[in-house]
Amino acid sequence: MRYILRRREIVADDWVHLGEELTDGASVIVPLAELRVGAARWAAWRGRLGVRLAPADPVEDLAADLPRLNLVAVEFPNAGDGRGYSQGRLLRARLGFWGELRAVGAGVKQDQVFLLARCGFDAMELAPGEDVEAARRALTRYSVAYQPGAAGVIPGRPRFFAA
Amino acid sequence: MYRYDELDQAFVEERVAEFRDQTRRHLAGELSEDEFRPLRLRNGLYIQRHAPMLRIAIPYGLLRAAQLRKLADLSRRYDRGYGHFTTRQNLQLNWPALADVPDILAELASVQMHAIQTSGNCVRNVTADHMAGIALEEIDDPRPYCEIVRQWATLHPEFTYLPRKFKIAITGSPEDRAASEVHDIGLHLRRSAIGEPGFAVLVGGGLGRAPVIGALIRDFLPLADLLAYLEAILRVYNRHGRRDNIHKARIKVLVKSLGAARFRDEVEAEWQAGRGSAPVLTPADVERMREFFRPPPYEALADRDVTPGREPRFAAWYRYNTRAHRVPGYRAVFVSLKAHGANPGDATAAQMEALADLAERVSFGLIRTTHSQNLLLADVPQHRLYEVWRELDAHGLATPNIGTLTDLIACPGLDFCSLANAGTLGVAHDIQRHFDDLDYLYDLGNIEIKMSGCMNACGHHHVGHIGILGVDKHGEEWYQISLGGSANGYTALGEVIGPSVPKHEVAATVGRIVEVYRALRAEDEPFIETLRRVGLDPFREGAYALHPQAA
Repeated sequence: MRYILRRREIVADDWVHLGEELTDGASVIVPLAELRVGAARWAAWRGRLGVRLAPADPVEDLAADLPRLNLVAVEFPNAGDGRGYSQGRLLRARLGFWGELRAVGAGVKQDQVFLLARCGFDAMELAPGEDVEAARRALTRYSVAYQPGAAGVIPGRPRFFAA
Repeated sequence: MYRYDELDQAFVEERVAEFRDQTRRHLAGELSEDEFRPLRLRNGLYIQRHAPMLRIAIPYGLLRAAQLRKLADLSRRYDRGYGHFTTRQNLQLNWPALADVPDILAELASVQMHAIQTSGNCVRNVTADHMAGIALEEIDDPRPYCEIVRQWATLHPEFTYLPRKFKIAITGSPEDRAASEVHDIGLHLRRSAIGEPGFAVLVGGGLGRAPVIGALIRDFLPLADLLAYLEAILRVYNRHGRRDNIHKARIKVLVKSLGAARFRDEVEAEWQAGRGSAPVLTPADVERMREFFRPPPYEALADRDVTPGREPRFAAWYRYNTRAHRVPGYRAVFVSLKAHGANPGDATAAQMEALADLAERVSFGLIRTTHSQNLLLADVPQHRLYEVWRELDAHGLATPNIGTLTDLIACPGLDFCSLANAGTLGVAHDIQRHFDDLDYLYDLGNIEIKMSGCMNACGHHHVGHIGILGVDKHGEEWYQISLGGSANGYTALGEVIGPSVPKHEVAATVGRIVEVYRALRAEDEPFIETLRRVGLDPFREGAYALHPQAA
């Protein structure tokens, strides 16, 4: 059983990635290429559907698919590859995606979760071996941030400062 | 200058706590060196040749006396009693112990300082003109905008893991004293037809292996859109900049591969698309920030000539190390960190403390760092200049050589840096010795030497009138000389004049180059203009002639 961080809770993962054991009607996350190639299969899928984006995937191409998607997983292949932060922010702020936005991959570690959360990620599937409890604590490491986020802006401070 | 409120203070303290935890995990073996590196870099900590190096941020080069005193104190307690001021207006400590760094950062936080994002692939310290707010011809003071950009860029959730480092400089005067055209983004303050402030935006400048002058992608950006436009540039870069090759990862490579016009179109499209969600600067935000940078309470004084009857040494210092000030009765005073025999940009703890005291007595308690690796007392009443000179002189801070050939820029080189191919400090000392005669130095006028110990060009050798680049030849240190570079208002990249020379020949080669200038100059013509007029050939010939008088 895989445990993930969802909002500020540690929960058992109720999704599977394509390639893991898949039962009919399961909640499944499929790579973007597979979503296209197997379009008919996934259109008829009875369970919840999520897509997994690689760092170079153009997030804008997903606009038409979003109403059908319950989850978008954004891949961070290593901690230094920051493309996923832009993908996440665009999904939330520009494409209006309000389903689960999940960070996945070897780059998702406790030292990244604060930034991820501020870019709109509400779920983190941590890299293997990462301490999920430490990651949960790291979400609240900062009480303030200089950029606006979901929590809004502090009165009297410019609009680029938020708590 | 800017003062932290309780939110800024909470932020830097939380940052220290985070790094303390990361350092503890690293020392306990929970974080490998590979995992720890990007985290420590974003807190200013390199592992260098001998020891860690901590680069402390001095945002746009502004320090209060208490902060400079704290830097002196830290250098004494955690280092070897000195610090190195860099071309990007920061301070480097060369010998701290890794386990002490969280404590050093906590002490910095106690005086509203930090080392956040002074290295790593993120937005670095925002730099500015050291004459901000006092230059005669200034269009607008860049510092409020620098602070806005500093805050916005600090731990920006989207842009903390960029393809490569990212440097922004902002200038408010026609003369570019911040080398803004060789920054990833250079912002030049402008005024619209109706007098509204805004920015010309240059992107993709940079030195390093493939030096490029930034491309102008927007003539006038309204102030309200400053952060929105920066976000658009950074988002295009973050998504499309190369990550497969560290040497091709700077934004200049992306600008070049797309072409400046297409890059601009991408940024403009991103800017328009992001209008709903990007931060907007309101006039109230800007006003609030401007309040922090109001002119100090100047006395009503008249300009006066303070040199008559004083020693010639004072007159020379006045001429070379002080600058005109916007306010009558005041001068800006350069504190030379280029004493002959000292390492360029280095200051001892005792010098920093003396300067902090002096600044409190004569310059509203503020000190500035400059791109040229000197310090500046920005607001000194003219009637106190003699006293200031005596005091600076007593501390070895009054070498009257600002703007002359020995006011040279140099990176720390092989003596400290693990990237360097060659030493720079020994060569700097050779040059200082070769040109130790002040009258000769003054006769040469303004000549800028910039020296780097490797291709990364921290010493900006590409934009030196005379550029010196250390190269490794079969384990020996050699030096490539270039001529004709410039970084102020007429930005140009120098051209290599020929084969590199061995270490002991560098100063003599520079000596032969300036002799060519002396022979060819028209009356009062500065070095760089003679060079542009006559071209490189005579200099090339002279530089390599073993017996110049016979050539």
